[in-house]
Amino acid sequence: MQTRLTLYILVFLILGTASGMILYKHLVLGFPLLPDDKKLVWTIEARIDFIAQGDPVIVSFALPPKNPNTILLEEDFASPDYGFSELTTPDGRRAQWSKRTATGPQIAYYRLAAYKTDRIEATPSSDIPSAPVKPEFDEAQQTAATTLLDQARSKSANTEIFTRELIKSLNSQSPTQNTSLLINDQARADDKTNLVINLLALENISARIVRGLYLEGGRRRQSLTNFIEIHDGTQWLLFDQDTGNSGLPENFLIWQHGDQSLLDVIGGKNSRVSFSIIENTQSSRNLVLHDNKNKNAALIDFSIYSLPIEQQNAFKMILLLPIGALIVVIMRLVIGLRTSGTFMPILIALALIQTTLLTGIIMFLIVVSTGLLIRFYLSRLNLLFVARISAVIIVVIAIMASISIISNKLGLSQALTVTFFPLIILAWTIERMSVLWEEDGPREVFIQGSGSLITAVIAYLFMTNRIVEYLTFNFPELMLINLAFILILGQYTGYRLSELYRFKSLERRHHVSG
Amino acid sequence: MFLASARKLRSFGIIGMNQRNFGLISKYNPRHLYPLVDDKLKTKLLAQKAGITVPKLLGTLDYQHDVRKLGEILAAYNQFVIKPVQGSGGKGILVISERDHNLYFKPSGDMISLEEIERHVSNILSGLHSLGGKPDSVMIESLIQLDPVFSDYSYEGIPDLRVIVLKGYPIMAMLRLTTHASDGKANLHQGAVGVGIDMGTGAALHAVQFGEPVQHHPDTRKTFAELVVPHWEKLLPLAAACYEMTGLGYLGVDIVLDRDLGPMIIELNARPGLSIQVANCAGLAPRVTVIEALKNIDPDPASRADFSKNNFSTNLRTPLLRQERTRSSDL
Repeated sequence: MQTRLTLYILVFLILGTASGMILYKHLVLGFPLLPDDKKLVWTIEARIDFIAQGDPVIVSFALPPKNPNTILLEEDFASPDYGFSELTTPDGRRAQWSKRTATGPQIAYYRLAAYKTDRIEATPSSDIPSAPVKPEFDEAQQTAATTLLDQARSKSANTEIFTRELIKSLNSQSPTQNTSLLINDQARADDKTNLVINLLALENISARIVRGLYLEGGRRRQSLTNFIEIHDGTQWLLFDQDTGNSGLPENFLIWQHGDQSLLDVIGGKNSRVSFSIIENTQSSRNLVLHDNKNKNAALIDFSIYSLPIEQQNAFKMILLLPIGALIVVIMRLVIGLRTSGTFMPILIALALIQTTLLTGIIMFLIVVSTGLLIRFYLSRLNLLFVARISAVIIVVIAIMASISIISNKLGLSQALTVTFFPLIILAWTIERMSVLWEEDGPREVFIQGSGSLITAVIAYLFMTNRIVEYLTFNFPELMLINLAFILILGQYTGYRLSELYRFKSLERRHHVSG
Repeated sequence: MFLASARKLRSFGIIGMNQRNFGLISKYNPRHLYPLVDDKLKTKLLAQKAGITVPKLLGTLDYQHDVRKLGEILAAYNQFVIKPVQGSGGKGILVISERDHNLYFKPSGDMISLEEIERHVSNILSGLHSLGGKPDSVMIESLIQLDPVFSDYSYEGIPDLRVIVLKGYPIMAMLRLTTHASDGKANLHQGAVGVGIDMGTGAALHAVQFGEPVQHHPDTRKTFAELVVPHWEKLLPLAAACYEMTGLGYLGVDIVLDRDLGPMIIELNARPGLSIQVANCAGLAPRVTVIEALKNIDPDPASRADFSKNNFSTNLRTPLLRQERTRSSDL
């Protein structure tokens, strides 16, 4: 009784610890419990081209601001032989490449992977602008501007609507004379932006330019799009300068606030920057891992994720083994299935993962039955036991090689996976089966053989289940829960399912006599 | 219904494998005592020291190079049994009942040459039949002579009696009769007939083959109704004494009856199976409860045997077999 109590306390502690860890990972660190959670991740590459003229070169490039709604996963700065530093200026972050002398065409790359979070956190509006500087217009323009502003003002009630109306009238399909005077068709985006900012300044509204990038997958040679941001006294509002719509469009990444230059190149000419964008989906789990906020969490820092990718993949397999062990325990203790060798089914299941189910089972049956035939012949040769099992190993290799070669000639590439079956296990299986055949007859061989295969297939089905695979790898704590289950099952003293069948006649006879 | 109800089985007191492993074997059988019964040679020497009759040991072989000496050892005998010392469940046992110069004959009449016997011995030595494939030894024993009582109840082999002994008290017994289906082996899952035996008298209670009730021996057609195990008075104390001999609390004692030498212990088993419940049509659990309730264990095997005779007799059920027979012949 004492040991039983200790066991239950132990099981309780294990369960408590494991579920605590899982809940912490899920609720605090944001690990999704199911693998379906996917997020769009944008990889943006900015390519800077210029021609150096043999002088010292300094390239200064504006970098997107860090903002709580967009998580920058990783940033990469590449350009050969250049010194690099990242600067923080009052107007935002800038990348700076420098070199003593350079000549000819030069390229610098900046790569960024980012995704939008669901966390809604308002942009801190700490930067209150100074009063706008009134622009200088010539007389004709001044008159046109005043008329335009008056029209907009008459149609609006507040700063926001005023700005929208102003931008709309500038973009009107049928421009008035006043508009045409201020802006012509060939005007560049920057000219339009400056015009709007200047007009707003006349109205005493602080405004600034915002440059950003529309995130669309597979785009190359993109350039930044200009937006206008106004301060209405309490917060910044963003406007599309081509439509007048306010608010941040979806999939728009703000690169730069304010009229600082995007790119400055000292010691070079013909500088150009172009952007290309790739979209891909990543599981939220990966993103959680990269979230800077989580990097310091001990549960992640001291976990399988801190291993190199290759080892992580090996662990993916190893972490599935406890699931197989649990299946074997259930099959043997609760169902009462007889298997040849306790954990042989797990090893078969592992092989099946590599070969896929149907091919694997066919391969297994071919190898084992051919092996059995040859083993029967070997038993007539009067060999010592160790020599015989070694001979069986060689026979198994020969069978595997022939299957591979024949199937290759026939163009059946699946059969090549036969090599994933553990050789020694196959040889042992053949040896045991043949001894079993001699001593207990083919019936027992059939019972144990199919018991092993059924267990292996069930273990395989669990181990290849996407959810199981995801959970075992991302919540290794589940292993503890598994352990607790096995400890409890170790105390199971009830009947096995097979015994209900075995003792069936007893029940019937009791009925007769009773 | 395909399956029995667990609740009913529990009410009959049937013990399952998990219950056996957990509540009996690991509770009463300390691991370090296993070698005493897993090694048949040790068991034999132990039994001889305790004054218990065992089949005569004709010789042993320990190494592969001893195989050459086999012919020499066997030269003096016409009948013998070759056994792996650490075999289990009757595996690897070769019975030779007749010999004609260099030709040996199994009880089934199959002929076997000395070379084949040598190969069999070599297989045993390499560990083919031992638990976990460990290298093994071979022992050669004298052949048991079939008691005429059983001549009508066995086919090409010697029946044996399995007695379950708990803490020194015999609690259940079953006679295992060889059949054609079992290839002359007293092994239930190969088709031997299991006959439940009344603990009080040694009379047959029920008989099963492949888990199904049978009324007469499938090969000899002899009915079990008149079958009574002889020497019952001597048999039970013999089984009970194995407790002192090994120290194992849950023990399967296999006894054979020799025509000339009477009851002999041939094998002890630290993990006896559960088919005995099917043969007896009764569960072990109630009897286990009786023994576990005892305050102290009687040091005398004979009085323990008497206790069992008085407490576990199913005398009331003796007419059952006949009743059942009439019923089935009516159908």
